[in-house]
Amino acid sequence: MHPAYSVIFFTVSSGAGYGLLVVLGVLGLTDSLPSGFWFGVVAFGLSLGAITFGLLSSTYHLGRPERSWRAFSQWRSSWLSREGVAAVATYVPATLLGAGAIDLIDLGGTATFLRVTAAALALTTIYCTAMIYKSLETIHQWHNRWTVPNYLILGLAAGAAWMNFLLLAFQSSNHAFSIFTMLMLALSLMCKMRYWTFIDTTAHQSNAESATGLGHLGKVRLFEGPHTEENYLMREMGFQVARAHALKLRNYARVCGLVLPIFFVLAAEYTGGTMGAALALLAALMMSVGMIIERWLFFAEAKHVVTLYYGKERA
Amino acid sequence: MTMLPAGTTKKLGLVIDLDTCVGCHACAVNCKEWNTGGHMAPLTDLSAYEAGQEGIWFNRIHTFEVTPEDGGCGQTVNFPKSCLHCEDAACVTVCPTGASFKRAEDGIVLVDESKCIGCKLCSWACPYGAREFDSDVGVMKKCTLCIDRIYNENLEKIDRVPACVSTCPVNARHFGDLSDPGSDVSKLVAERGGYDLMPEMGYKPTNKYLPPRPRRNTAETSNGPSELPPLPGEDQPFLKWVNRILSR
Repeated sequence: MHPAYSVIFFTVSSGAGYGLLVVLGVLGLTDSLPSGFWFGVVAFGLSLGAITFGLLSSTYHLGRPERSWRAFSQWRSSWLSREGVAAVATYVPATLLGAGAIDLIDLGGTATFLRVTAAALALTTIYCTAMIYKSLETIHQWHNRWTVPNYLILGLAAGAAWMNFLLLAFQSSNHAFSIFTMLMLALSLMCKMRYWTFIDTTAHQSNAESATGLGHLGKVRLFEGPHTEENYLMREMGFQVARAHALKLRNYARVCGLVLPIFFVLAAEYTGGTMGAALALLAALMMSVGMIIERWLFFAEAKHVVTLYYGKERA
Repeated sequence: MTMLPAGTTKKLGLVIDLDTCVGCHACAVNCKEWNTGGHMAPLTDLSAYEAGQEGIWFNRIHTFEVTPEDGGCGQTVNFPKSCLHCEDAACVTVCPTGASFKRAEDGIVLVDESKCIGCKLCSWACPYGAREFDSDVGVMKKCTLCIDRIYNENLEKIDRVPACVSTCPVNARHFGDLSDPGSDVSKLVAERGGYDLMPEMGYKPTNKYLPPRPRRNTAETSNGPSELPPLPGEDQPFLKWVNRILSR
């Protein structure tokens, strides 16, 4: 599948933003967040900013973005519609929590409810995003049991990495949270590697014979394509990345995005102070870059069954 | 509305005869022409007069070569493919705006171009490549089963068939109601063993494909005798004598 950068930036940025919102909500419940105006500005600014940047970025993918308001209407059947509804719904508790954190309003007794709701809606939004891809039966590399867990785990790991930096930057280092961050990164690594093994060893159940129904006559091979020129289907669905490139990129995603950040978070934990905050920032940045590579591969390594009509034997 | 209708009154669709299709592409050209002149926006061609020409086509004809496993004589099969107007169309349910819908009265799947945001998700959901994104107008386009022809009172009754069906020179395309077992298309499907494409995906396509008939173009499959008749014996004395004379 053609990797559209607008969609890649959307899922990575919003994923991290929603992940950060989840940990903000949960840590707020356990009263482990630094108090103070600036933490509120930076933490909620980062979270809501990443979410908003991602959502705006995704509109560049559309042919007619001025009509995107219509996308909220079909939540009964469409995961894309449900994602839109969940994304907008998440803004309500998130913005209120942010306003409370910078003392614009007094949340009082509603703080707990808002934290739980914000975290739950953030997770719901990531879940809906993942389901858009998982529900497509035409793409074996998306239609499997790894897609939803991977989106959720990676989003939470990114959010945790950024929160870890924020805690260190605001001299509020949290040993337990540091461990949690490392565990999330390790879990992401494990899940991603299992996913890559899965897509390397399995393929879609359909083949060129079932696609054409001519299998009873023998082996089916494309003799002549439908047109001499390229078409939308081939550009969008026929995108291929060379195996050698894909393997190299997997290494970058794995090492830069997951392995090294674990070490930097560990180092930050033991260093503390400004140096520790800098190491934690490095971990968060590397993780985000790694996620962009991972998401690019999620698209680039995906194969669509329509390619069975364009010369492929399996997808 | 992107909920699928519970059932449709009719199941209008096409039956494509892979046995007689000669791959002339007349159906694709006529479709292109009809949809350029009809009430929908023109079927865009990009860089039409320069290098890198390409365009939106609702109907595309592939050609496949099929070779038997035992290495015997293969055959080429011309394979026209357009929207199959599936009963369980995922392209309808994934649409976030309701632009993609399936009509309850006849099962035709359409795009309401005034609502489409061009997110392309429907084309990702379609296994058959029926939907294409028109980058010029920013919306998705697909075969309409010539809905502006089949109900068009301004046309003669005989012309109220999809453009591709009317133009096929070898009668390889048929149009009708596949929910009616008595219709011509249903009878054709029953008689020739018409099948679904990628049935394992469960989309329940309405269009059916008729398989190529067995060929009789090799020595093994032709109707000639499989071995020479025996030499004349005692019961044919004249022929036996002729054989003896000619064998000297």
